[in-house]
Amino acid sequence: MNGFSYARWVGIMLKEFIQLKRDRLTFGMIIGIPVMQLLLFGFAINSDPKSLPTAVLSADHSSLARSILAGLRNSGYFRIVRELDSEAEADRLLGDGEVQFVVHIPENFARRVVRGERPALLIEADATDPSATANAVAALGGIGQTALAREFAGTLAPLAHAPDALDIRVHRRFNPEGVTQYNIVPGLLGVILTMTMVLMTGLAMTRERERGTFENLLATPALPIEVMTGKIVPYILIGLVQVSLVLLAAHFIFHVPMHGSLFAVYGVVLLFIAANLTLGITFSTLARNQLQAMQMTFFFFLPSILLSGFMFPFRGMPGWAQVIGNLLPLTHFLRLVRGILLKGSGAAELWPDVWPLGLFMLVVLGAGLKLYRRTLD
Amino acid sequence: MPDDDLVIDVQKLNKRFGDKHVVKDLSLSVRRGEIYGFLGPNGSGKTTSIRMLCGLLTPDSGSGTCLGLDVIRDTAAIKREVGYMTQRFSLWEDLNLRENLDFVARMYGMRERRRVVSEALESLGLAAREKQLAGALSGGWKQRLALAACMLHKPRLLLLDEPTAGVDPKARRDFWQAIHRLAADGISVLVSTHYMDEAERCHRLAYIAYGNLLASGTAESIIAEQKLSTWSVSGPGLAALAESLRGQPGVDLVTPFGSTLHVTGRDAQALAATAARHAQQAPQHWERIQPGLEDVFIALMEGVPQT
Ligand SMILES: Nc1ncnc2c1ncn2[C@@H]1O[C@H](COP(=O)(O)OP(=O)(O)O)[C@@H](O)[C@H]1O
Ligand SMILES: [Mg+2]
Repeated sequence: MNGFSYARWVGIMLKEFIQLKRDRLTFGMIIGIPVMQLLLFGFAINSDPKSLPTAVLSADHSSLARSILAGLRNSGYFRIVRELDSEAEADRLLGDGEVQFVVHIPENFARRVVRGERPALLIEADATDPSATANAVAALGGIGQTALAREFAGTLAPLAHAPDALDIRVHRRFNPEGVTQYNIVPGLLGVILTMTMVLMTGLAMTRERERGTFENLLATPALPIEVMTGKIVPYILIGLVQVSLVLLAAHFIFHVPMHGSLFAVYGVVLLFIAANLTLGITFSTLARNQLQAMQMTFFFFLPSILLSGFMFPFRGMPGWAQVIGNLLPLTHFLRLVRGILLKGSGAAELWPDVWPLGLFMLVVLGAGLKLYRRTLD
Repeated sequence: MPDDDLVIDVQKLNKRFGDKHVVKDLSLSVRRGEIYGFLGPNGSGKTTSIRMLCGLLTPDSGSGTCLGLDVIRDTAAIKREVGYMTQRFSLWEDLNLRENLDFVARMYGMRERRRVVSEALESLGLAAREKQLAGALSGGWKQRLALAACMLHKPRLLLLDEPTAGVDPKARRDFWQAIHRLAADGISVLVSTHYMDEAERCHRLAYIAYGNLLASGTAESIIAEQKLSTWSVSGPGLAALAESLRGQPGVDLVTPFGSTLHVTGRDAQALAATAARHAQQAPQHWERIQPGLEDVFIALMEGVPQT
């Protein structure tokens, strides 16, 4: 008689749907936030910086070496600003950020190519901002091929077309995790969901309180669990729409690979959305008004962005920050989504980050139910 | 065992907000099928009392039953059984009329929801406007919708908190007719109000001021109990007369009533003497009348010393 009522739960869910449908501002936010963030971050991702300062440390003055340098210049990505004589100088320039790249051409480079020894052409890159170097690095292979083709005509022509005549090596420095654009889009997914999900549900209950409709809701036999869970369902669907938007953009605009199963992605996303919504609705029961709910959301949002591994590589953070980071759903979500998309992780690899999300949700829901005010006291 | 004929029977309810003692030792009993008026100035604790009766506030102390259910332990059951209409319109303004009633019906797990809601809209005369948002309704219509919503689940007890505040006289009259029809069907109603004419439409009354229950009973018994004598004065220069009357023997209260002045006091003899003196010396006409509820309530509120 006093148990969970499916009919009431459906009623609360439907009401929330209708209200959401009529709330243009929130609706705008739902579409606006992902689009805006995608454009903002997408611009950074898409940025194709050219003319990056480059230094050359060359021990070979063959025409092949000159041809490669010319190729670098002509690609538009590399602007050769210095010719160096020592490793130490190269280190200093990279360290100071004066140059983005140092190109090492070893001794007897051309001769060793001819002998088929596959000499290494080493490019050291300042990968602090990996998106800055990604395209330049990607262009290297082509540059090498073109230079070879120009130098080795006639009898040596087969060399020019051998795919491994050169060993082009890129050393990414200062950023061991090598965060790339592929890392950012999945991260963006988590950030967008954290922000919109927590905020929207954070407002859901305080709105009732501010409008005075909470008294009516309280006067009905509806149970806290029905109200709290019924209210979050519409937002789950909205979250899924957002995810689909971001994933489509990831695929078609940013060409992020998809190594794992889409099914796993949505499964993980669903869990993450539920965790965030539970937190939002709990904030909502705590806050006295919408402003407070908003403040709580941002109080939660900041560490999520800073300590989850979205902004800075997780392994680079001090121990205490990692502890906090591990308490945040976004941290686990980032690992899960990156794992699925980029590494094709399966259930076994995902589990260590799945259970913390589930636990987070249960603990927060428990707290929310405990704190839910059943009276107006 | 609770008296079977009392739908509300509470003793010594207290409620404090911080150090503000808002309801003090409130005891009330409301009988089945009765319209019980709950009167008192703003901020006297009417809303707080009603909320304690329907489980929205927990009393600090006191005990009692509502429909035979304990007001402290059985709040969930009470919520299912009573219909509560809040002072402020508290339905969802961004839902249309049907959606509002439909939601309420779902909350009470009603069978044949569609039919019940349609009937309610029909009897409200709002069937044609069921797609209109509740926020777009005028005050009178909002109040009717709210009443319909709190009666949807056929409660045996209605708690109505200032249901007619800000509603035009015609709508008020219709409203009271509806209330009396309900009472005739055996539904009990506790209704708080500011209006004296409404107080007179109730079977019994309670008057509360600053958290204290000052009087309760039928209108006649409350009037009789206070043992006031009242004179109605008419004629010229009433404003000046009112000033000069204050503090004279037997005069406890001077209140303008339309074109007359009501002079009220507990000491009937002293007041009669003062009246006689004035009637001789001054041009106004003095007439002893039966004190009305309003005289009594003003006297109560002004704290006229009890004999
Ligand atoms: N939730 C609350 N917190 C603090 N004070 C309150 C609260 N509700 C009511 N009060 C105070 O209690 C007093 C009585 O209020 P109320 O019961 O609304 O009176 P009435 O309905 O008779 O106008 C008022 O002074 C009001 O300010
Ligand atoms: Mg009130």
